[in-house]
Amino acid sequence: MSRLKEKAIHFLFFLAAFSTLVILAGIFLMLVLNAIRAFEDVSFRDFFFGTRWNPSAYGEPSYGIVQMIVSTFMTTLGAMLIAVPLGVGAAAYIAEVASPRVREVLKPAIEILAGIPSVVIGFLGIVLVGPLIADAFGLSSGLNALNGSILLAVMALPTIISVSEDAIRAVPTEYKEASYALGASRWTTLVRVTIPAAFQGIAASVVLGVGRAVGETMTVLMATGNATAMPHGFLDSVRTLTATIAIELGEVPHGTAHYYALFAVGAVLFVISLGVNLVAEMITAKHRRLTK
Amino acid sequence: MNLNRCKETLGFGLLRLCAVISVLILGVIIFDIAFKGAEVISWEFLTDYPREGMTKGGILPAIVGTVLVTFITALFSIPLGVCAAIYLSEYTREGKVVRLIRAAIRNLAGVPSIVYGLFGVVLFVRGFGFGASVLSSGLTLGLLTLPWIITTSEEALKAVPKSFREGAMALGATKWQTIRTNVLPYAFPGILTGAILGLSRAAGETAPILFTGVAFYIPKLPTSPFDQFMALPYHLYILSTQHHATEVVKPIAYGTALVLLAVVLAMNLLAIILRYRARKKLKM
Repeated sequence: MSRLKEKAIHFLFFLAAFSTLVILAGIFLMLVLNAIRAFEDVSFRDFFFGTRWNPSAYGEPSYGIVQMIVSTFMTTLGAMLIAVPLGVGAAAYIAEVASPRVREVLKPAIEILAGIPSVVIGFLGIVLVGPLIADAFGLSSGLNALNGSILLAVMALPTIISVSEDAIRAVPTEYKEASYALGASRWTTLVRVTIPAAFQGIAASVVLGVGRAVGETMTVLMATGNATAMPHGFLDSVRTLTATIAIELGEVPHGTAHYYALFAVGAVLFVISLGVNLVAEMITAKHRRLTK
Repeated sequence: MNLNRCKETLGFGLLRLCAVISVLILGVIIFDIAFKGAEVISWEFLTDYPREGMTKGGILPAIVGTVLVTFITALFSIPLGVCAAIYLSEYTREGKVVRLIRAAIRNLAGVPSIVYGLFGVVLFVRGFGFGASVLSSGLTLGLLTLPWIITTSEEALKAVPKSFREGAMALGATKWQTIRTNVLPYAFPGILTGAILGLSRAAGETAPILFTGVAFYIPKLPTSPFDQFMALPYHLYILSTQHHATEVVKPIAYGTALVLLAVVLAMNLLAIILRYRARKKLKM
């Protein structure tokens, strides 16, 4: 009796863990099955190589996503240009320079920053960052790719800081001691020994930051202006993959080509997120092999 | 030698600046919202319905909606997540299936929140026929929170010393008895900390609820899980982008942002304090 009970409990826990696999497979299947139906009306070529997205145009709707992909990667690139130096610098400070007391304050602060809802950051993009950008560049509106990049940098910063910090702290003390023994200063040791030794972990943090920025919806939806045209610079309004789904899914009739095309956009996002994860895992796996 | 000293001071100064800027960003966010939001916060704002096209009145339905949807999220994701974590930490060695499960959890954590929204529409709103409802939204947010709950719970379980388990086993306890009496009670604060942090993220999410049940305006509080609801994050989004007079409702938007921020930060703070106390206890 009690043997049976133990087995049942074991099986129950297994089912719970296994459900994660089912959910991931379910998301994948759901996207594929719905996305495929979009391609009954839209050719692969028009979807992946077209630069115009205008599904509600009368007579000749167009479903090109190139400009959305450009927008997504542009805002992400801008965000990384800001967040990577800032995040790695802050991580190095927390890991190697700050006193334990300062660290006790900084770490929870970064954690709280990670917890700020994206819609709040998007809101500040509209009321705070937008007017600043408009003033600085003499524009009528500050809702553009630059604004999105700044906000995405804020969103990605905590990920980059905490993962980089772990990587820097994981560098064996022997490395640093050897460097000190050779007469190197603390600064030289940090820049020439510790950070290069932690490079793989830092790279992984950047990849994870990219993942966050690509998948982020509300901040870019609120702060980038959402123009569907191909952007030519950071002061242009852009509309990312995520924002397109968020704007249009609520209004589109179920079962139309437009409806399924939005799932195809979702599938593209899903594939990008899997790719990002794979790269991050390859980097950390390589790192583990090297440190062994 | 002197040049080296200079370089070191400058370098460390630069790193400190990076850290200061990062914390300053948090400071600017909190202070801007707190100061401008505090002007509209009143008892009426917290307990009244929106009035006159949302230009007056309060945000009660949005507060209640966020609490309800987060509650459903918790009911779904915490039991499932903790059970999954128990399996991964207590019942299994690293094999092929476990490696696959772990990979699935890592990938789920990276799936964009809007994709969870799409999944919620297909599975809960249409597939299960729950419609656009607080239940559909809660379950969608539950899926989003699940990888987080599993990861943090597993860490908490792994932090319980092996000897605790061996002690119970040596007295003839079964596996489940061991877990129930000698592992779970000690992992509980850690699990709770992770769960609260995960739920605070869920409470602030907007993208997954956009199409699964949240509504622009509802003149009454939800009375069943199948009702639509208002939520703080969505209300803030509406007021700042979709309203016909965004400048007029800006103070109310700030007030909404402050209430949302207060809810999320209070949960974060609670989690941080819990963890701090649990760590102190373990050290003793």
